[in-house]
Amino acid sequence: MKTVMEGSNAVAHAIRLCKPEVMAMFPITPSTHIPENLAQMVADGDLDAKLITVESEFSAMSATVGASATGVRAFTATSSQGLALMHEVVYAAAGMRLPIVTTIVNRALSAPINIWNDQQDTISERDSGWLQIYCETNQEAVDTMIQAYKIAEDKRVLLPVFVCMDGFILSHTYEPVDIPEQKDVDEFLPPYKPEHAFLDPDKPMTMGPFAYPKPYAAMRKELSKDVMKAKAVVKEVHDEFAKKFGRSYGNGIIEEYKNDRPIAIVAMGSVCGTIKEVVDKRDDVGLVRVRCYRPFPKEELAKALKDKENVIVFEKNVALGLNSGAMYPEIKDVLYSAGSKARVNNVIGGIGGIDVTKENVENFIERLKDKEGVVEFLGGDPNE
Amino acid sequence: MGEKVTIGGIIYDVGNSTATKTGTWRVFKPVFDSDKCKRCGICAKFCPEGIIEITQEKGAQANMDYCKGCGICAEECPFDAIKMEVEKK
Repeated sequence: MKTVMEGSNAVAHAIRLCKPEVMAMFPITPSTHIPENLAQMVADGDLDAKLITVESEFSAMSATVGASATGVRAFTATSSQGLALMHEVVYAAAGMRLPIVTTIVNRALSAPINIWNDQQDTISERDSGWLQIYCETNQEAVDTMIQAYKIAEDKRVLLPVFVCMDGFILSHTYEPVDIPEQKDVDEFLPPYKPEHAFLDPDKPMTMGPFAYPKPYAAMRKELSKDVMKAKAVVKEVHDEFAKKFGRSYGNGIIEEYKNDRPIAIVAMGSVCGTIKEVVDKRDDVGLVRVRCYRPFPKEELAKALKDKENVIVFEKNVALGLNSGAMYPEIKDVLYSAGSKARVNNVIGGIGGIDVTKENVENFIERLKDKEGVVEFLGGDPNE
Repeated sequence: MGEKVTIGGIIYDVGNSTATKTGTWRVFKPVFDSDKCKRCGICAKFCPEGIIEITQEKGAQANMDYCKGCGICAEECPFDAIKMEVEKK
């Protein structure tokens, strides 16, 4: 049954259904409503979890890592500066192969300080070894939370996952969502039974040890391979979820929307809803939504984009010092390797919470459809 | 081919620090004068590696597999019985 509720509240219900045993969280806009709702659920006895109220995000991620290392399902959520403060521990969690799930409510990074949405925070953690899945709707955020623990805890993966949802646009918006039944989630997501890492005085082990150069390099090489291999599990879990709950998101890795046209827009997150409306009104443009950004879907994107005349990469981040978005060169890499003749352009938009309107999308398509190699930066004029 | 590692580099056979011979880090080595040594054991108590052994026969002696040559023993010895010398390798 569908209920109209706020995105953060819906996600909190999804987390409750996953039955995490430890949650260590520090409130930060716009993710605050997630810990707020979860704290209420614990207080009301609706969720049997240890809630740790920490003094910073660095502590939040550290306590989450500690909890996961004892072999329990652990959760945290944050945004922007909070994720930046977690940075050191984010890398440690992936290196220690701890299957933590973290909801990131995407927000711009300082300076200047800005509480609104873009995706600079998670893009800045793209090389950390965490899987990153970007959601278009609140329903997808709910469903992806439940999939994320199953992906993370799979013995072929054992890696942490960021579930990314756009700040305010999703987190604070009321939408009808279907919150699954506990019984169905229990069938889909069995309790976490760690085999590789769990601190137990009766069976001691050393986690996160010092490593000399050769074993260090070997571990990083292994990690790099394993992050890539996780893509198959992201797809498999998505497909299993679709079968059980009747909802799917493209092929779980990318979503192609009317992608039989000469121009393709590549984008991530909630802006894809706006782009789809523009696509519906035209006959020359389709959309390829990147759902699983890490591991990067090279093969899927090559197949979806190589025969295009023009590929417009729309991004809510700026790779400073490269003067483009972070995904633009990655898409070019995919197309170059596939021997594609597509012209590629880049639009940086929605930065610091600027609305991206249908008119903006129409206009940048018109401006860029005959161009090649242009990087545009939308400044906030609705007619731009 | 690289080294064989466990997932996450987790070490299951704990208590294996003796396998790391930290003596290779050493630049200086302690030289013990058995005649000056009063067998008091102060050097052994201060040694951060815990690798100095006192015997009545030889006095203080360090396990050179693990001595990092820090010189704390020489600094603490009240009888000037330990000298630090550059080790020629």
